[in-house]
Amino acid sequence: MLITFAILTDGLVYAAYLFIVAIGLTLIFGVMKILNVTHGSFYAFGAYGAATAVGIYSNADWPAAAGFLFMLVLAMAIGLVMGLILERGLLRLVYGKDEVVIVLVTYATFLILEDVIVLIWGPQSYAAYQPMVSAGNIEIGELVLSNYDIVLVAIAAGLAGLAYWSLKFTRYGRLLTTVIFDRETAAAFGINVTLVYSATFVIGAMLGALGGAMMAPKIAVTLGIGVEVIVLAFAVVAIGGMGSIEGALVGALIVGICRAAAVHLVPQIELFVIYGVMALVLVARPYGLFVRAQPRKI
Amino acid sequence: MFLFAAAAAPLLPEWIVSLTTIAFANALVVLGLVVLWRVGLVSFGQALYYCIGAYVVALLARWTGLTDAFALIVIGGVAAGLVAVLIGFLLARYREIFFAMLSLALSMILYGVLVKTESLGSSDGFSVTTPTFLGYAPHREALGLSLYWLTLGVDAIAAVLVGAYFRSVAGALAAPIRDNEIRVEFLGVSVNSIIHAKVVIAGILGGLGGALAAMAIGHVDPNMAYWTTSGSFVFVTILAGAGSVAAAFVGSLVFEAVRSFAVDVMPGLWQMTLGSVLLLTILFLPDGLGSLVSRLKRRGEVQRP
Amino acid sequence: MSHRETVTRWALAGLAAATATIGSALAQTPAAPAAPPPVKLGIVSFLTGPAASPFGIPGRNGAEIVIEALNAGKAPAPFNTVGFGGSKIEAKYVDEAGTVANVVTEYRNLVQRDQVDAVIGYVSSGSCLAVTPVAEELKALTVFYDCGTTRIFEEKPRNYVFRVSPHATMDNVAAARYLVAKKKNITSFSGINQNYAWGQDSWRDFLGAMKVLAPKAEADKVLFPKLFAGEYGAEVSTLLTSKSQALHTSFFDGDLEGLVYQEQARGLDKRMTIIMTTGEAAIWRLRDKLPDGTIIGGRGANGPLARDTEINKWFQKIYTDRYNIPPTYPSYQMAQSLLGLKIAYDKAAKAGAKPTADQIAAAFKGIEFEGPAGHVKMMLGDGHQGITETAYGTYRFNKQKKEPEIVDIIRYPAECVNPPAGVEAEAWIKDGMKGAKCN
Repeated sequence: MLITFAILTDGLVYAAYLFIVAIGLTLIFGVMKILNVTHGSFYAFGAYGAATAVGIYSNADWPAAAGFLFMLVLAMAIGLVMGLILERGLLRLVYGKDEVVIVLVTYATFLILEDVIVLIWGPQSYAAYQPMVSAGNIEIGELVLSNYDIVLVAIAAGLAGLAYWSLKFTRYGRLLTTVIFDRETAAAFGINVTLVYSATFVIGAMLGALGGAMMAPKIAVTLGIGVEVIVLAFAVVAIGGMGSIEGALVGALIVGICRAAAVHLVPQIELFVIYGVMALVLVARPYGLFVRAQPRKI
Repeated sequence: MFLFAAAAAPLLPEWIVSLTTIAFANALVVLGLVVLWRVGLVSFGQALYYCIGAYVVALLARWTGLTDAFALIVIGGVAAGLVAVLIGFLLARYREIFFAMLSLALSMILYGVLVKTESLGSSDGFSVTTPTFLGYAPHREALGLSLYWLTLGVDAIAAVLVGAYFRSVAGALAAPIRDNEIRVEFLGVSVNSIIHAKVVIAGILGGLGGALAAMAIGHVDPNMAYWTTSGSFVFVTILAGAGSVAAAFVGSLVFEAVRSFAVDVMPGLWQMTLGSVLLLTILFLPDGLGSLVSRLKRRGEVQRP
Repeated sequence: MSHRETVTRWALAGLAAATATIGSALAQTPAAPAAPPPVKLGIVSFLTGPAASPFGIPGRNGAEIVIEALNAGKAPAPFNTVGFGGSKIEAKYVDEAGTVANVVTEYRNLVQRDQVDAVIGYVSSGSCLAVTPVAEELKALTVFYDCGTTRIFEEKPRNYVFRVSPHATMDNVAAARYLVAKKKNITSFSGINQNYAWGQDSWRDFLGAMKVLAPKAEADKVLFPKLFAGEYGAEVSTLLTSKSQALHTSFFDGDLEGLVYQEQARGLDKRMTIIMTTGEAAIWRLRDKLPDGTIIGGRGANGPLARDTEINKWFQKIYTDRYNIPPTYPSYQMAQSLLGLKIAYDKAAKAGAKPTADQIAAAFKGIEFEGPAGHVKMMLGDGHQGITETAYGTYRFNKQKKEPEIVDIIRYPAECVNPPAGVEAEAWIKDGMKGAKCN
């Protein structure tokens, strides 16, 4: 009983982490059909930005909640700026080209940004643990849960809700859905697709940075955190279906719970649980769980 | 071009010979990627075949004492090819990003299995016994040169065969399949079979490349199946372009030279250098280095009266 | 011709020129200065990537500061002669990051293109294993400073490869000894190690040692998360459900720090004592975040675990003065490697002329000396692998001084925690660690 509860809570926490990271990626892919490798850089920059923010506010002795908000806001600001620069400066140049070429542009950018991090923050690792520590913990029977993890899950759920509501009920959301469905027809209707593209990329960047900021208090912010995250995010998006927010949510939950179960019950397979799940899902549903097969165009 | 490279070898310093051998071994994997790219598919999992080829060579040498280089690479290539035949049944049904993701997943599964296998040295891998060549057992410089010529030989044969394939019907159908599969099917051709065949060709080439690389480096480790290894092969493919067979070899060489140069001159920032080179290539030479060669050829032809 | 064609033409010419220049620059060997010719060393460690900050860069800094002192003749006796055999040392620093193919290529570049006299380096066991056969083939003198695998000298005898720093078996055997000394009635222990060779080997040695020293204790949860996973929520939960009294981990840097933050937030260390076999490298960063009572190892008597000798005090001073942070064990390992090589070189250079790699190797075999981390004996691997004593202690953050401290230090002599000459480490442990000379 205790183990089942532990698996569920751990799965939820890991799923929250995956979802926050994956939602930006799936959005960008759904709208722009770009598989954005630079997403890993947004995550890393968000994490490093959060570490800097934590450094600033803990020296100035702000209250924990204010500091936490400051950290998130700073990370999103970094995402905003980076997203704008990249989209205007770089992606504009390659929009018309082959999908693969665009993926490689983002891969090249990721490599460059990895070293930019070293230039800005140096090779040492940073700690941003204050928010996690000040949140405290609660005991549920034998299990102790960190309150910060609960906050993570709450924010992820909030994000999911916000995304769903804005896609269905706001004007921008409905424009986005139209463009995802069929870009050309949307343009034919007079929708400013270029603007939608820019806005989406920037929002995706901000979400990626937010993911990094939220994870920063739990981990050591060090070189290479972007690399691991990319593959995880891709796997979740592949499972859920490109461009589907529900898909990212369900994909994150599946992977989170499977992985938690593996760690508790069969630790030997933990290393490839996520790839196994991805392979299985793709075999059964080639386009992911929530995207129906596209009608073949003649 | 191959004859020139072969003849130049004894004159070059040893470190250039070994660097070039590895680059030319990797070029085989890139050639496989070019085959797939012509039909519009990018595989982020060629590291799977590369790793299989490498480990087969290393394991055979260790367990059976077979050290003949020719036998080893053939078995390595065939092993990878067999795996490709099996996987191809699944993979040939996918396109675009899903093809890339599934191939990535499969290579990462191999990575996970190898890392967990302590008897194979886990993540440290293990070393490859020095190869022999039909009884001839060279050392030091002679070994380096032998490996170099063997790699060049395999590359040349592969280049000729793949070139012939490109000129064949199946090869020529690549562009039409990329543009509009359904119409090709209306011609009575099974697109999935052709793609399956291409996956197998790329798999064999990947295995051969891995086998040669294993002997050139002298060590195999599970990292050879990691997705970043696949990524670097794709990187070279873009650098080279899908235009010509020779491009794969030139691109691989340039990549290795640039990487080594970057590490030598900017040890802490070589990733940035590599990334910048890729970016500039994509922006200004979208069809890769190979396109430079074909453009020159065309200009040469135009100027003849 | 059109503008585009002109541009293309120039681009091609430029590319050709650049390739030619790069080629010739790479092919050139630097000219040797007048006299005496300097000794060229290649120093390889992680300058980028996640292993840079904890191991690669402290190693590199250790090399830099010791080489400076040696070149000025300012090291304490018997190292107070200039450089190696009277010649100044020139170091070239190379990044270890990249695939095994890259590592091997860069090694060949150092030896054949740059013509270094010796290579000191390598953090990753994978790099060490790959470089070893190449070093033997090229007959290039190589000293490994950090990698911990026992396989290098156990697989085959080596002629040109040396390792002054002890291998990782010592760390885990001593950890088991210290744990059993401190918790005589231990019934259950768990482990969390990274899922790759280092983590797997560390756990194997620790488990083996525990079976010999505390046969009644059982291993409960054995966890192997992915290297650089960073997020250990599920693992911490699993451990919270365990009744173990101790937790063994060989985690380092980012993973170790992440684990400490995450487990502290949930009070794991209050339920079980954590043993960190490489913890010494992290105490200056974690400071008051590292729980009191943690058992700390330093891969030898390094840092706060080192004896208070003159040479240790000297090393700590020059390092801290330059880099503003005390040296950790990778820096010590690099320093010991350099000093060991110096002794061998000085011995071989007595004839006056520049010694060959064979002569230095012959002089290196079996030497003994005192370094900042204590007494080194090149005793295993036919005189190629060093052993030293080690120490384990308990961590305490001194709240008055606001400084980390390690107390309750127990020292283990070299022959107590290292296998005897000619015996494989894993077999030695399985066999009950026969021949261990502990006090």
